[in-house]
Amino acid sequence: MIRIENVAKSFTLHNQGSAVIPVMSNAAFSVAPGECVALTGNSGAGKSTLMRMIYGNYLTASGTIMIGETDVATAEPREIIALRRNTLGYVSQFLRVVPRVSTLDVVADPLLAVGVPLDVARTRARALLTRLNIPETLWGLSPTTFSGGEQQRVNIARGFAHDYPALLLDEPTASLDATNRDTVLRLIEEAKGRGAAIVGIFHDAPARHRVADREVDISTFTPKVAA
Amino acid sequence: MTPLLSVRDLRKTYGPRVGCTDVSFDLYPGEVMGIVGESGSGKSTLLSCLAGHLDPDEGTVVYDTRDRGRVDTRSMSEPARRMLGRTDWAFVHQNPRDGLRMSVSAGGNVGERLMAVGARHYGDIRDSALDWLGRVEIEADRIDDRPRAFSGGMQQRLQIARNLVTGPRLVFMDEPTGGLDVSVQARLLDLMRGLVREMGLSAIIVTHDLAVVRLLADRLMVMKSGQVVEAGLTDQVLDDPQHAYTQLLVSSVLQV
Amino acid sequence: MTDYNFAYLDEQTKRMIRRAILKGIAIPGYQVPFAAREMPMPYGWGTGGVQVSAACLTPDDTFKVIDQGADDTTNAVSIRKFFQRTAQVATTERTREATVIQTRHRIPEEPLTEDQILVYQVPIPEPLRFLEPRETETRKMHSLEEYGLMHVKLYEDIARHGHIATSYAYPVKVEGRYVMDPSPIPKFDNPKLEMAAIQLFGAGREQRIYAIPPFTKVVSLDFEDHPFDPSKADHPCDLCGSELSYLDEVIIDDAGGRMFVCSDTDFCAGRQAEGHRGRLSPQPDAETTP
Repeated sequence: MIRIENVAKSFTLHNQGSAVIPVMSNAAFSVAPGECVALTGNSGAGKSTLMRMIYGNYLTASGTIMIGETDVATAEPREIIALRRNTLGYVSQFLRVVPRVSTLDVVADPLLAVGVPLDVARTRARALLTRLNIPETLWGLSPTTFSGGEQQRVNIARGFAHDYPALLLDEPTASLDATNRDTVLRLIEEAKGRGAAIVGIFHDAPARHRVADREVDISTFTPKVAA
Repeated sequence: MTPLLSVRDLRKTYGPRVGCTDVSFDLYPGEVMGIVGESGSGKSTLLSCLAGHLDPDEGTVVYDTRDRGRVDTRSMSEPARRMLGRTDWAFVHQNPRDGLRMSVSAGGNVGERLMAVGARHYGDIRDSALDWLGRVEIEADRIDDRPRAFSGGMQQRLQIARNLVTGPRLVFMDEPTGGLDVSVQARLLDLMRGLVREMGLSAIIVTHDLAVVRLLADRLMVMKSGQVVEAGLTDQVLDDPQHAYTQLLVSSVLQV
Repeated sequence: MTDYNFAYLDEQTKRMIRRAILKGIAIPGYQVPFAAREMPMPYGWGTGGVQVSAACLTPDDTFKVIDQGADDTTNAVSIRKFFQRTAQVATTERTREATVIQTRHRIPEEPLTEDQILVYQVPIPEPLRFLEPRETETRKMHSLEEYGLMHVKLYEDIARHGHIATSYAYPVKVEGRYVMDPSPIPKFDNPKLEMAAIQLFGAGREQRIYAIPPFTKVVSLDFEDHPFDPSKADHPCDLCGSELSYLDEVIIDDAGGRMFVCSDTDFCAGRQAEGHRGRLSPQPDAETTP
């Protein structure tokens, strides 16, 4: 489902003496449907960078990143938008929403985007929010005012609302208590069960061992600084 | 899928000065594209050329019309272009005074485009106006007030209602949130996002506010000195800018 | 012989105005620009109408002038005298005897014939002016037939008053094309705009001439659910008893007394001569008693 080949990336800082910082080369791995691959490596090794490249958020310099039939490295913006709408979900560490939109609608939004009727989408959103222990009194409010943990759970609910065939999870269990952490891990297992291909970053080692089928060490893709 | 709007090699000069040049892009149905750049970068000139308010010196602006398929709007007759401008297209000005008739009531402002395309039933026109005022969150009892009596945010919402009442497919917006305070901006952005999705609108939004394009636009074009220096997915351009100017632009945004 | 050229204007000017008139007749409702001359009367006193009349009059014509329907008001009297003196044409107060009738803000009650010309004095020829101040834009709207704005004005009327409150200078569409200001005639007169006579409109200050040829279709703008209504005061004339003519309301004392009389003085006098009587007509016996 996800196939990464020969991927390279560098940052050019034009406003800081045009410094070129190579961050990745020859990155390659693939994820089958129903499989969860954990990215590992030290801080700064480029786990989040690779994740963002898969999502199309960072530009890929060379190589191919196939999600289903789409090569994210070369796709047109509208193809990536379609991919994100239908195929590729992403749970980031940060919640970015339009102010004023209620939590319920934030979670239902990905479903509405793929044409699910409003009442069905809201029912699904309610179920997810309930599972993730977001008090019903908060559903009508905008999540921008929530605590970090609450925002994280809203973000997860949003990421799991639509059954994406491919999912990217960036620290999904960070800042969660034991109960909620367990809920999230079960959501991941259920997603695997229905055949989703998942790429995740888990600092939480027990969580990683529980859901990940394989680990990919990103530091092997880090370019060796020329002496 | 056929692009709704295809622009090729567009160029507009003011004597020796370049307004915009070498602009090419395709806009597909349902897409929202942002054009960012500092003042004088040519983004408003470009928007005016696209909307037919200015005649570019070179290039083509091909629009997929409902009845005649793809037509270069520059070769259309003026009546046809103006008809397009008040039916299938909409233009939201930065200053609502430019887009509203200040001496005509809110209902009349919304109804004008309907009457312009032949609506002749007062009751129906009024019902549409009421419906649209509701959709842009203006109280029904303000329908007979003139826009002068409205706040800046309300005026802008009224302008949007007036523009969308004929169900256009392509909306041009020139700094739609400029001059509004931030809380009003947020409300307007939310409203526009909802309308864009609900009506399946395509839109081209010119702004210098990167937060606005992040929330509204799928795609982004960055302009400098009349040229497009970078284009791509909005979050990609903002989070991983490639061009020196874009990097400067993104890093210059004040953090709250 | 006077020191003036026939009908005051020089022949070149009349020629220029006649060309504008012909063009106006060829394009019903279209405002033709013309180089209006200074006339020996102030703007607003009918300088446009006078120039059109001057260009139309021949020595054989019989001329009539009415101001708000009346032959005997200052404006009407002075224009009539003007042409008596400069063109030596015959003048009349009788509608049916006149060949050229210059009018301010009324159409005579009596139907006009194919042998007559009706000349209107027009203060503001542009019907779109109050909503769109830019001349460049109104011209474009006319040329592209973008008349939605005209209905906005009527919409505003209904929104504010519950009905179309425009009661004079009520906009019309001529022959399915141009929207035209019929000059400030009462909307009661609008249906009469479809007539046998030639109608010419002259605006002196604004330098525009336009025309409605005989038997041209003239439609008053309206909404399906608020149709055009050529209403008038719901009274008969207090002098001639006519139920069908347009009436002026006249205050007759300090106690709220009022009377309604035909605004068309010739029409009213004619009916009275035929023996028609109204509520306040002098009683025949009152005339005989000393």
